[in-house]
Amino acid sequence: MLFFSGKGGVGKSTVTAAMALLAAQQGKRVLVVDVDAKGNLTDLFEHEPVGFKPVEVHPGVHVMTMHTEESLQEYLRLNLRVPVLGRIGPLARALDFVATAAPGVKEILTVGKVCWEVRESIEGRADWDVVLVDAAATGHIVAQLGAPEAIRDLVSVGPVRAQTEWMSDLMHDPAVTALNVVTTPEEMPVNETIELVGRVRSELQVPLGAVIVNRVLPELFTHADEETFEAMRDPAAVNRLVDALGGGPDVARGTTAVLDAARMAVSLRRTRAGHLAELRRAVDLPTLFLPYLFVREHGLRVTRMVAEALGEELGL
Amino acid sequence: MRRQAAATRGAENLEPLLATKEIVIFCGSGGVGKTSMAAAAALEAAVRLGGRVLVLTIDPARRLASALGLEGGLGNVERRVPDDVLKQAGIEPRGELWAAMLDTKQGWDDLVLRHAPNEETAMRILDNRLYHNITARFVQSHDYIAMERLFDVHATGKYDLIVIDTPPTRNAIDFLEAPKRMAEFFGGRLLRWLTMPYRMGRGRGARVINVASRPFYQLADRILGSQFLQDIAEFFLNFQSMYDGFVERAHAVERLMHDRRTTFAVVTTLEAAPLREAEFFMEELVSRKYHLGALILNQTLPAYLRSPEGARVADALVADPTPAAGALVELGIPALSEPDRTARVLHTVGESFRNFAVVATREAELRAELAEAPDVVVDVPRFEGDIHDLAGLAEAGRHLFGESSGNHR
Repeated sequence: MLFFSGKGGVGKSTVTAAMALLAAQQGKRVLVVDVDAKGNLTDLFEHEPVGFKPVEVHPGVHVMTMHTEESLQEYLRLNLRVPVLGRIGPLARALDFVATAAPGVKEILTVGKVCWEVRESIEGRADWDVVLVDAAATGHIVAQLGAPEAIRDLVSVGPVRAQTEWMSDLMHDPAVTALNVVTTPEEMPVNETIELVGRVRSELQVPLGAVIVNRVLPELFTHADEETFEAMRDPAAVNRLVDALGGGPDVARGTTAVLDAARMAVSLRRTRAGHLAELRRAVDLPTLFLPYLFVREHGLRVTRMVAEALGEELGL
Repeated sequence: MRRQAAATRGAENLEPLLATKEIVIFCGSGGVGKTSMAAAAALEAAVRLGGRVLVLTIDPARRLASALGLEGGLGNVERRVPDDVLKQAGIEPRGELWAAMLDTKQGWDDLVLRHAPNEETAMRILDNRLYHNITARFVQSHDYIAMERLFDVHATGKYDLIVIDTPPTRNAIDFLEAPKRMAEFFGGRLLRWLTMPYRMGRGRGARVINVASRPFYQLADRILGSQFLQDIAEFFLNFQSMYDGFVERAHAVERLMHDRRTTFAVVTTLEAAPLREAEFFMEELVSRKYHLGALILNQTLPAYLRSPEGARVADALVADPTPAAGALVELGIPALSEPDRTARVLHTVGESFRNFAVVATREAELRAELAEAPDVVVDVPRFEGDIHDLAGLAEAGRHLFGESSGNHR
């Protein structure tokens, strides 16, 4: 059971999808749970959106979208044998209300469903080798993963309390569960990652996995190469270069553009390297690096590229 | 209104908009630079338009917060950014820049204290063990408190312009509906229905259950245990005593958002997912008759990356850098004296240009596909460093206002 969190916009879904693809390529049967349902996870497999029931969107990869009301229905059906058909409307609204007020109710329906799929697989009633969760963003993940304990503190008796215990056991087992944090080498995502790792350690017993740094720009030059590059930007050198490339105002404009672009790439990389250094200083988890992809569009092709890079980082 | 629309049409800067509005609400999905854009717009408005400008920010990066003098948890009160601090950053504003950070917890406490019928009720609410949880996690809680604070600050009449950053929401629409949803939440039939058995029994421990809610209570008791429901009911019963003041206030907040003095600026990057959300949000703003003032495209790559001349030079360097390298070696500059190294660097330079050109082209395509755009669309280029100080904000501000335009007011 692998959870993926991270600041919004860092590519959490892409990394989750790539991990799913990689696991499927290794022959694993994968369930991906889209919890932070923005509905674009299936886009990454070029598949239409899916609902609560898992759908195979790619060979070996099933995806389901979390839906707390359906999760509750399933729970009631399986655990309490409550005939809910037809009555779920008002009940769901009431639940929505209670869930707003009480810590962990919505979250327990989310992690509860995930844990249930994992337990069913461990006990041989379901087929998943790996369950990957595109989980809540950094601001909400601690509440999500701490839901079983929150519920246990709140509810003194009843079946729900008993249920939280096996969930906690699963989620705290380092052989089963890991929380991975996706980030980019930028200021806010790095700060949030550092903060999240600290909070997880102090507030949860969920084991931490890896930090996955997405969109890392390539290092263009070695130190000596960069000196050579800087020398090229001297006006005399630029003029020489323009002449060597055919001369004229168009070539002059083009040469300036090309040199400026490289200068920008070097500076961007340097700013980001500073944030990465900060990350490594503050967080001692295994860190995987995924390259910035210079591509035109998203979709399965990009997911494959990210999966390949992930595979290389993991030594597969 | 008509004159103003004519003044802003086709503009590529925010100046006319900020000169004619009193409130600008910056919104967009997470990670697009909303907070820095709001702060930059406020700073530049103080510089060029003068008057007293306030930026209400939500969760600035630490360095930015300290640049605005908001560090150390002192942000909840509005503070003026001192002129000498601005001067040190090379900024000489005609007006005053003020900044404040939003504290949701404090905002709720203030709200309870204001609307509770008496101090005893207020304390009972503040002490309820569910209070913090409900207020902190109710989906629109942050949004609502942001709007409340905005309303308060605007009502003081102290500021000529208020620029407000919005909380990161999963769905930008939540934000628009916050006042309405808050009023519904605390005044709805559902709440009355839920608290009915407790009201009938007068207080804690009573278990008089009416017919309509019986199935729910039976089920809820089985799942959650009854103590828990009682706690919830007690909280809402106390809360209901503030209902009238609360709803009236929510409606006033909503009117202010629709007021002609208020406008929205949508911030996005030219990436597929944030852009899709920005488009959706713009459509919603328009269909709900809010004033959509501007679209800010942040972190765009420079236009020269799409120049055909640049592409030709890059292609030539990638295909064969040796002739150009040879010419550079002849200059006799030590750093350019090694032919292999110089050729390798030229090859890398060409390749890097082609890489970034692909991304710049993708951005241009996404921009061309933009269906609904407001009259004002502003580009802010990707800076090589982060925006973390006043100088950085000023640079972004210059892009928001356009380099060429002068002082108006």
